[in-house]
Amino acid sequence: MTPQEPAKIDFTIDANMVKHVAFLVRLGILEEEAQAFSHQFTAIIDYFHLLNEVDTQNVKPACETSSTQNVMRPDEMQPSMSRQDFMKNVPHQDGPFVQVPLVFDEE
Amino acid sequence: MSRCRWFLMKSSIMELYNLSIRAAHDLISKKQVSSLELTKATLDHIHNTDPHINAFVTVADELALEQARQADRRLQTGAKVTPLTGIPFAVKDCISTNAVRTTCSSKILENYIPQYNATVIDRLADAGAVLVGKHNMDEFGMGSSCENSAFFITHNPWDLERVPGGSSGGSAAAVTASMGAFALGEDTGGSIRMPASFCNVTGLKTTYGRVSRYGLIALVSSFDSIGPMARDAYDCATVLQVIAGQDPHDATSLPAPVPDYLQNLEKPVKGLRLGIPKEYFQAGMEPGVESSIRAAIRTLEELGMEIREVSLPHTKYGLPVYYLVLFAEASANLARFDGTRFGLSVIEGAENVIDLYLQTRRAGFGPEVKRRIMLGAYVLSAGYYDAYYLKAQKVRTLLRQDFDAAFELCDALVAPTCPTTAFKLGEKTDDPLTMYLSDIYVVATNPAGVPALSLPCGFSNAMPVGMQLIGKHLSEDVLLQIGYAYQSVTDWHLKRPVIV
Repeated sequence: MTPQEPAKIDFTIDANMVKHVAFLVRLGILEEEAQAFSHQFTAIIDYFHLLNEVDTQNVKPACETSSTQNVMRPDEMQPSMSRQDFMKNVPHQDGPFVQVPLVFDEE
Repeated sequence: MSRCRWFLMKSSIMELYNLSIRAAHDLISKKQVSSLELTKATLDHIHNTDPHINAFVTVADELALEQARQADRRLQTGAKVTPLTGIPFAVKDCISTNAVRTTCSSKILENYIPQYNATVIDRLADAGAVLVGKHNMDEFGMGSSCENSAFFITHNPWDLERVPGGSSGGSAAAVTASMGAFALGEDTGGSIRMPASFCNVTGLKTTYGRVSRYGLIALVSSFDSIGPMARDAYDCATVLQVIAGQDPHDATSLPAPVPDYLQNLEKPVKGLRLGIPKEYFQAGMEPGVESSIRAAIRTLEELGMEIREVSLPHTKYGLPVYYLVLFAEASANLARFDGTRFGLSVIEGAENVIDLYLQTRRAGFGPEVKRRIMLGAYVLSAGYYDAYYLKAQKVRTLLRQDFDAAFELCDALVAPTCPTTAFKLGEKTDDPLTMYLSDIYVVATNPAGVPALSLPCGFSNAMPVGMQLIGKHLSEDVLLQIGYAYQSVTDWHLKRPVIV
């Protein structure tokens, strides 16, 4: 099967958009990376316009993969990972606490 | 020791690592070979062979030998002996293993040591199987060639200049090169089947929810399925028997009872209806792949299966649906890697927590992972949600309806696993979209949640060809039954690469 040509839509994702999205997802990227991603994103997203061929009026979106039933269990306390085990992987610690840099401005 | 036994020992020890699960269990249960001998032979073979292949991120020698000794004690007393007791295996490195480094082949988890086992690992340990290591993969499962590992590329044992497929590329390469009797892979959109096809391995993508995902580091929570990769359908059934079933730690695992997969294998396939989806046999397929699949279909017909053409009309939309949902879910799932609780943390010079996130994620993720996280945020953002993500979820409903309609007419579908055999290293790395297109036949099953089995069915230009059987939800028993019948009259699955 050869991929169909997607419906042509005048469409680009420029480097500024890439940098904006990168900041939203908390990824540091360099200017030249933003340029390269911009070309790739435009090609990839453009390919997705293929879906515009499909009539989805009155089609419900799929929200689950295999079962429509909720899974319930009694709300009871159960053992979980110990603090000691959890802390083994924590990169920066201050006594019993997980340490992170400043979260809020000091003002 | 009698002369006869000496010959058996000598010939089998020389090739112990080549044994299937079934053959190894036979020798172990008769006490002709110990698990320690089998495990040592496998570890030696890994240390001799893997420098050419690079299938393993971690080899756990000491742990493996200790587990083998435990298995031998179990075998001595005869208590709780299962078909997997004493059998060496390894798993894709996205499956959490207590006290054994679990990296997802990413720098962000390079030194991460889980403090708990995935449910599948606990179940295999309970059965007495021996974990020998962790397999290389595309970083976080994002790739189709195993070239996106942050550590090293894995080579296809059939031709070291070619890719093993992805993302469970290390697992497929290890199984075909006899580095472990079986593997657990993970399939989000072909990641078990595609490398199985490229490496001449039998691999099963299970029904979504058939096998617990607890302890699997998530890529796409609504697609991810753990499954066995092994020498043949019989061995896949043996492993599935142990890992399948509901798990209170995974609310999406299904309560349906687990059938006796092994007992079911021997049932005749005569009269079962096999559908050929016409959309999977179109221009662009490598001629040697198509001729192998056509020959396999004739074999299945000779076994008494009824062949009929069916249609899955939305097939060409499978790829965009798959990637759109993948980007969105992966973007959300990978938000947890932020340098605060586990994994890499680049804190030097960070003035606030945002700096910590930006620096850590920049240093920790490879380019394909960054691409997909950003694209996921883009397709979920306020102005584009309806046009991309919601649209994809609607077409996903239509993809599922295609399968539902087809399974009214047949018991299983047959198709090529991939349109080509394994491609050359570096051939597709510069163009992500071209790489995505290699998944064209394997991606539609995951949005639908249905199971699929990839089986060796021939060679094209000296590289293996895989055929996939796709079934309705929870029909692993039927797929394995057909696969077993096919492998009873063919020997493609027995062929092994010569590693120079």
